[in-house]
Amino acid sequence: MPKITYIEHNGSAHAIEVPIGKSVMQGAVDNNVPGIDADCGGECACATCHVYIDAAWLDRIGLPVPGSQEASMLSFAAVTQPDSRLSCQIHVTDAHDGLIVRMPEGQH
Amino acid sequence: MNAPVHFDPASDAYTTPLSQIDVSDPKLFQDDTYYPYFERLRREDPVHYRKDGKYGSFWSVTKFKDIMTVETHPEIYSSEAKLGGISITDRPMEFRRSSFISMDPPRHDDQRKVVSPIVAPANLNNMAPVIRERVCKVLDGLPRGETFDWVEHVSIELTTLMLTTLFDFPIEDRGKLTFWSDCATADVNAGGVVDSEEKRLEFLTEALRTFTAMWHERAAKPPGFDLISMLAHSEATKNLVNDPAEFLGNLTLLIVGGNDTTRNSMSGGLWALCKNPAEYQKLRDNPGVIPAMVPEIIRWQSPIVHMRRTALADTELGGKQIKAGDKVVMWYISGNRDEDAIDNPNRFIVDRTRPRHHLSFGFGVHRCVGNRLAEMQLIILWEEIMKRFPVIELVEEPKRIYSNFIHGISEMKVRIPA
Repeated sequence: MPKITYIEHNGSAHAIEVPIGKSVMQGAVDNNVPGIDADCGGECACATCHVYIDAAWLDRIGLPVPGSQEASMLSFAAVTQPDSRLSCQIHVTDAHDGLIVRMPEGQH
Repeated sequence: MNAPVHFDPASDAYTTPLSQIDVSDPKLFQDDTYYPYFERLRREDPVHYRKDGKYGSFWSVTKFKDIMTVETHPEIYSSEAKLGGISITDRPMEFRRSSFISMDPPRHDDQRKVVSPIVAPANLNNMAPVIRERVCKVLDGLPRGETFDWVEHVSIELTTLMLTTLFDFPIEDRGKLTFWSDCATADVNAGGVVDSEEKRLEFLTEALRTFTAMWHERAAKPPGFDLISMLAHSEATKNLVNDPAEFLGNLTLLIVGGNDTTRNSMSGGLWALCKNPAEYQKLRDNPGVIPAMVPEIIRWQSPIVHMRRTALADTELGGKQIKAGDKVVMWYISGNRDEDAIDNPNRFIVDRTRPRHHLSFGFGVHRCVGNRLAEMQLIILWEEIMKRFPVIELVEEPKRIYSNFIHGISEMKVRIPA
């Protein structure tokens, strides 16, 4: 299974094997990784699974499509950066083995 | 749905013809008898049409997933004030005041982004010590061994103090904020002082005058970190004061949003614990559950009963044909009890596995901007309560307000053992 590393805002890292087809958000929630709240449960309706994509992965993961629901929800989140994504919108494939995501100061 | 002496809501809910069920009746919420009506709709007719009900003809959306569909399609389900806005009550056109909650994207987005930094994570950390200090002071001043009203002494006091901070409003005048908040949401048939839209506007005009003066004062000074200064100095809202109706709309939104909902969760949480002694005991045994208990309290209370939308186009929802112009009501209070979305939804569980998965804050572009501040206030409140008072006793069942919009508790007599 692809291994994804979730790094909390305080620097604590969690390396988790996430089954293919699940979202990056689901991988964190299923394994009780703190810092990803996912209040809406993966509907792209709350922006509480906000993460920053590691620079080395940004090209492969890509940015939200302009005008999409994800872009819209992210525009209301706090502390967004150019590498911000909602982790419920990234679905894990073999190509994601080694992905690193970092968490913001807080989910809002 | 008249109430004879031995009125049994469960039997009434299941014997009333489906087409005649009217969940908009504010009595259902005042009397706390709404549960079986929504239970029946969720089971038998989850997207339900009520023709000519107490609040006109409307669709009731009662299941979690259908509510989510409406929330995430603002291009179909509009919040626009002139179409009817966000409440089931169709106010006369001249009283439909716009604000960013009753606007659709993109205007909504621009205005919302002006105020959201005040409740962003970094600023919450700044506010936490002030909130804790006030909570301690209020709790330390409570009487022991005698009956008092928790709503007045704790819930209203703490949430109104919070508002004075957000608006940088004179603390000694804070009673006005509570009054304006209650005026803004009062049902004109509730038997209170706001018995007409004219009367509501008359009371709120004083709020408008007060805040207009404050605006001009702050616009002339360098930007500050209170809501009025933020609005006055931001590109998207710097002319808001010149549109008194929209300014008033936004003021009432911020006053009600920053106040009423948290107030009623402060009361409703204590009520829920008193009615569920085993859960109250769990909290005593492990105050570490508080961060999980707080979202559960907010689900249980469902401080906003519903939000309304108006369909902009013909569409389908839950197998029903919605027509352009139809009034569509999302009953959060029902979706929060939906067994298909929440395990054991009719149980109050302080250490639920996924407590944040509830509808009380709404979802999508209109999701409650102050949700984290609300949670933080409740967390601090319960942390400090548990340090002081292992037991608070409910003396009388709470009195609830006559409203199908605000799930409000107006009085709750309690006692802290001496």
